[in-house]
Parts: sequence; structure tokens; C-alpha cells
Amino acid sequence: MIIPLLKGLATTLKACFSKPITLQYPEVKRPVAPRFRGHPELVINDDGDRRCVACTLCMVVCPSNAIRGIEAAEGENHEKYPVAFTIDLTRCIFCGFCQEACPKAAIKLNNLYELAQYDKSRLILDIDKATQEKSQLRMADWL
Amino acid sequence: MLEPGIEEKTFVLNLGPQHPSTHGVLRILLEMDGEYIAKADPVIGYGHRGHEHMAENRNYLQFLPNMGRVDYLHALAYNQCWCMAVEKLLGITVPERAEFIRVITNELNRITSHLLWFGAYLMDLGAFTPFLYCFDDREHILDLLDRVTGSRLTYCYYRFGGVPSDIDREFIDGCFAFIDRFRSRWKDYDNLVTKNVIFINRTKGVGIITPEMALKYGITGPNLRGSGIPYDIRKSEPYSAYPLFNFEIPIGENGDIFDRYVVRLAEMEQSLRIVEQALVKLPNGPIMAEKVPKRIKPPAGEVYQAVETARGEFGIYIVSQGEVKPYRVKLRVPSFATLSFFPEMAKDNLVADAVANLGSIDVVIPEIDR
Repeated sequence: MIIPLLKGLATTLKACFSKPITLQYPEVKRPVAPRFRGHPELVINDDGDRRCVACTLCMVVCPSNAIRGIEAAEGENHEKYPVAFTIDLTRCIFCGFCQEACPKAAIKLNNLYELAQYDKSRLILDIDKATQEKSQLRMADWL
Repeated sequence: MLEPGIEEKTFVLNLGPQHPSTHGVLRILLEMDGEYIAKADPVIGYGHRGHEHMAENRNYLQFLPNMGRVDYLHALAYNQCWCMAVEKLLGITVPERAEFIRVITNELNRITSHLLWFGAYLMDLGAFTPFLYCFDDREHILDLLDRVTGSRLTYCYYRFGGVPSDIDREFIDGCFAFIDRFRSRWKDYDNLVTKNVIFINRTKGVGIITPEMALKYGITGPNLRGSGIPYDIRKSEPYSAYPLFNFEIPIGENGDIFDRYVVRLAEMEQSLRIVEQALVKLPNGPIMAEKVPKRIKPPAGEVYQAVETARGEFGIYIVSQGEVKPYRVKLRVPSFATLSFFPEMAKDNLVADAVANLGSIDVVIPEIDR
């Protein structure tokens, strides 16, 4: 009767002498896998332009209508580019279909995962906030 | 025999909707006769999201992420079921390598589901430690799946005609390392739980599902196999690459909680066997079928596809009228049948046993509400 219980206790006590497996989370962060799907963002070229050509394929494929309001403009050499682009992270389900549908690899899911906000409107990204460099939704002052 | 002047009365007790042992938002109205349950009445629908209706309002690909949210614990099997059903409609054959990758990831996902049940169920019974052990193991699988699929819980990995991205060497090595590590843990689990007298006394002979009742209610999965009926879709209606692997269907004898526990543990070992064989036999070749149309528009017709998930038989019935959107989608979920049996199980038992029974049938409430 008591021996199985002692065996169980011994298993538990064994853990006292092994290395802890937990991380001190806010200070130490787990690295995410390369394929990790964070929130979508617009990719920029080396020269600082967005790759997007406003073809709206991502808007069409999006299952939850998180991408909307794409407005195209035409440049000097008849190249198209977006002037308005909204990514609504309150609707986004991080499925990554937009990334797969994009013919120009212009929209990509980054590796951010701490997306909680106090203000809901911060999660609705306009074209500037949705662009790669500026899409840092991390709250710097939360610790 | 009651004294004159004293009425025989029952009272109603609410278990849930927010109760740690209902594993979701499930409310059970218990009509109590003293300490014993006279009648149990599950009230479902708190997590209703209308998946079947959503399917009618979006195209075939757009419905795919929904499948990971019907049952979030074994999302890949649900993904696979939807993909297979649509592939059947379109008449696409999936390349062998893709089928193998599907089987590997699916079985790993099955282990995570059983591990979570194991930990959470023992927590219901008041044992805290096993939870920490199995979440440690589960974390290793989640890391592996994260590497391949890109997310940790609501996977959306399979596509019509195959899988979108291949597995790499690091994943394969990681899987073998995990298999070795997990097999070395069986001793700990046995010492902590299986041989624990408190656990045995709590679960043996409690919450019995007889084979007749199980068949009558349409219970499938480990709950049915715990009652001694070897029914597994992977064997009885083989799909994907399952016929190529050797594995057994573990069954119980008495159909009590302990048997269901043993069946689930044995099933994890069988899943490890399948993963091991699949990794060794993994063929080279394409991961995506060649003739998958960009615009999924299946011909008119009806199709039914069933898969074995961690909870039992999950089936999808699609009625297509040749449009880009399905005309009607019916999801047959295993947990619903299992929960239907719960009132019979709980009758004339203590509340403490009702909690033990409810945990042991491993229902996922969002799946029932869907």
C-alpha cells in the first residue's frame, strides 16, 4: 500500500536534483521557429520601397477579412503601388494564407507574438504601421 | 422510509459553466438527491461559433483554418479530414511523401492531445505533479510541430493535394530524440500514476461504459476501445498512409476509467511506433500533387470522409453544387456522442465521481458546440 506511494514520491524528489526546465519568461524569451507565424507585415526592398503592387490577392484569400482597404496608385513607369492598406489584427487569425498567395513575396508573417494591447485601435494597422520596420507592436515599457 | 411530515425533495446544483473540471464552457445541471446525483443534464452551446454555417459562406480554402479551431487539441487530424474530403471531391491523389509527413505530424499531435488529457485529468483527481511532467514532454512535441507548421496550437498545415512545406533533417533528428526520451519516461509515469493506489482506488470500477451502451450511443475512440471493442478508423477504413505501418489497437476489458486511461497511454506508445516507422520509411519525392487547380471549384457531388482523432471518429460530409463555396457542410464530432452518455454515467453517483467521469471521457467542449 505505502510502497507505490513512496515510489511516486521518489520520482518527484528526483526532479529536485535535475536542471529546471522552465524559463524566467519576461526576462528570458524563447526563440521562435523560423516558420513561426506572427502578424502579417509589408516587406520592403533594399531601397526602402514596399514590394507590394496592390494586386489585392491577399485581400481575396484572407478567410477573416483582416486585410482590407487596399488602394492602388500608378507611378511614372506604370508600376503600381499601394497608397492605403489596412491590416486588422483584431480579426487576423495568423493562418499565413496572405503570405502564400502573394506573387511578389510582399507580405510576410513576422515572428512577433506579444501582441496584447491596452488600446484596441493600436491593433488596426494602416499602411505605415503595417510596413516592416514600423510594425513593432511590442510594448517597450511594460516591465 | 421517511418520517411523516418530511417531504422527499431533490435540489439542483450547477456544475459549470465556469468550472475547472469541465474543460471549457460546459454547464451541467445536477439534480441532487442528498449527496447522490439523481439526474444530470448537460447544457451545451456556450462556445457555439457556427462553423457549419461559416463553411457555407467562404470558399474551400478559406474554411481550412476553421478546422484547427473545432478541436484545438488535435487540430491536424481535423485539417487532414477536411483536406481529404475536398481531395476526394476534386479527385486529387496526394504524393506519398506528403502522406507520410501528414501521418508523422498527425501522430505527434495525437500524443500532445493525450498528454494534455493525462495532465489535466489527474489535476481533476487532485494530483498536481503529473501535469508538470507531461507538459514538459508536450512542450518538446510543440517545439517540433512549431518548426514544421509554424504555430503551436491551431495548426493549419495541410493543403489540398499535399503539404505546403517540407520537413527538414533537424525535425527528423528531433523526432527520434523525442521518441527515445518519451519512452524513458514511461517508468516515471508508472511510478507516479499507474501504480499509485489512490489513483487505482479512485478509478477502478468507476464510470463503467458497457460495450452495448457504447455502441448504442455511438461512442468512438479511446472511450469505445476502453470497453473492449477494437474499432479504429485507421484500421477499419484505412486512409492516408496508415495501411503501410504496423500498429496495434489497444483495448481495455471492463470499460472503467482505469481502462480508458490505460488505452490512452498504450495509444501514445502505438503513435510513437507509427512515427518511428514513418520516419525510417520516409520516401523522397514531391510534397504537392501536380494538378491542383488554383481556384478550388469541385464538381457537384456529395462526399463523406472520416478520420480517427484523439477523441474518436470525426467525419465531414460535404454537399457541393459545383460552386466555389460548399453548399452544406456537416461535421460529425466524437465528443458529442460521448457527452450524450454522461447522464447515464453520472446517475446515482457522487459529485466527486461525476467530475472523475467527465474528465475521463475526454470531451472538448468547443468541438461539441462547434
